Amino acid sequence: MKALVTVKRVIDYNVKPRVKADGTGVDLANVKMSMNPFDEIAVEEAIRLKEKGVVTEIVAVSVGPAKAQETLRTALAMGADRAILVQTDDEVEPLAVAKIVKAIADEEQPGLIITGKQAIDDDSNQVGQMVAALLGRPQGTFANEISVEGDSVVVKREIDGGLETVKLALPAVVTTDLRLNEPRYASLPNIMKAKSKPLATKAPADYGVDTTARLKTLKVSEPPVRSAGIKVADVDALVAKLKELGVA
Amino acid sequence: MANVLVWVEHDGSAVKDATLAAVTAAAQLGDVTALVVGAGVDGVAAAAAQIEGVSKVLKADDASLANALAENVAPLVAGLMAGYDAFVAAATTTAKNVAPRVAALLDVAQVSEILSVEGPKTFTRPIYAGNAIATVESTDAKLVVTVRGTAFAKANATGGSAAVETVGGAADSGLSTFVGSEIAKSERPELTSAKIIVSGGRALKDAATFEATITPLADKLGAGIGASRAAVDAGYVPNDYQVGQTGKIVAPEVYIAVGISGAIQHLAGMKDSKTIIAINKDEDAPIFQVADIGLVGDLFNIVPELVGKL
Repeated sequence: MKALVTVKRVIDYNVKPRVKADGTGVDLANVKMSMNPFDEIAVEEAIRLKEKGVVTEIVAVSVGPAKAQETLRTALAMGADRAILVQTDDEVEPLAVAKIVKAIADEEQPGLIITGKQAIDDDSNQVGQMVAALLGRPQGTFANEISVEGDSVVVKREIDGGLETVKLALPAVVTTDLRLNEPRYASLPNIMKAKSKPLATKAPADYGVDTTARLKTLKVSEPPVRSAGIKVADVDALVAKLKELGVA
Repeated sequence: MANVLVWVEHDGSAVKDATLAAVTAAAQLGDVTALVVGAGVDGVAAAAAQIEGVSKVLKADDASLANALAENVAPLVAGLMAGYDAFVAAATTTAKNVAPRVAALLDVAQVSEILSVEGPKTFTRPIYAGNAIATVESTDAKLVVTVRGTAFAKANATGGSAAVETVGGAADSGLSTFVGSEIAKSERPELTSAKIIVSGGRALKDAATFEATITPLADKLGAGIGASRAAVDAGYVPNDYQVGQTGKIVAPEVYIAVGISGAIQHLAGMKDSKTIIAINKDEDAPIFQVADIGLVGDLFNIVPELVGKL
């Protein structure tokens, strides 16, 4: 079974984003960029399934600028077999990304499509569900545990208040939550090897997908700032404050 | 006026609080119809009919809808959308699972986790874990919107008297089956609706120490218990305790952060709390930059003393 994993190049998890002064977006110039953390988990899970002999080939896909090649090379260094970059400098919304992934899935016929549950830049949490909808296939979102059993995949999902398990007919789409696994670091030899793994570059038009934005961003602004309050000296002062708040 | 279909989140018997915030948001867009989906949901539909601001309730009751499987629910909702301009749902894990599937079936963009309604098709929403707020306008014919529950006042759960109409069209896709669930049973208030939350961080050392330190304080205050990602990763508490960008977004009246340094990802989940209280031994911890009331010191002395004096 082939696995398709999607990866997005985003601002590094540890960098504090700064809003541009003109309100048009977040300043990404000279900012460290990395693979979206949830996508790292997706790549890792595909590799583990390959190590178990369930998956035979892993294809990593990214929709983004030329530099997203680096993100795909990271996926290849971790253990993906080949990569497809659908190159565009436009910001592509989840629905258009899903249409591209759907078109690639039609060509590649993967048994499993694994995506991060959301990207930490736009925080949309949509692509996996949309891919599943467009393919008419089942979805296991916010996965905490995955096991392939015959022609189905059993997915334990993180839900409000606990966990839920669903059984999906393959092919299926799974989106990853944090506790699914801990992604490996690529070793230096594997980083070298990744340079010679195949990476195809395509354009959205190759898949007949119109990436025109459906949502117009009118403005991006700083969130309301919370200012530091007071420090109290001891527990008695804290108790007094709690009483003022009416909670004690 | 726009016709808005609102997803009713429920546990099979009661309407979840988050729905009430979604109704408030939806009412700013137009006339609100509540959609109750499930198996054996007469009681839920009757409760939804009483929500103030709901003018009609649609009830889809079928065995195939029992566990809100997206594969069965999304086509039903997409079909009903022929008569509506917008689909609005509180951003619970159920809606996050179902709504994008509905949006894709309708070929429209989804606007995720809105914070405010700025116009008929214009909303604000957090991006970069709340480090920036985007104002976006949809150009699609129909809207699919999820609502951050903490950003909207809750509609009154009673006072309305909407008629309940039954809708058909449910079918089992045959693509997915519900196997089971493990829902943590607790007498405590749910994190997303608790008025007071006591949260613990990595400084709590281990699961037993977390329990022995945080629980008595939460008991005394009738509070929900949360945790930082560090505490969850270290195995002190289960993942559903996690407050933060990748966990739950909360905005209680009072949030007490105990031994939490205040990583960006944690702040993203709680900085809209009305009053933030921080207890930490490191006076330079970032949590103090957002705390209204801070107490610097050893939590293992402070918390028991606090419990004794409350």
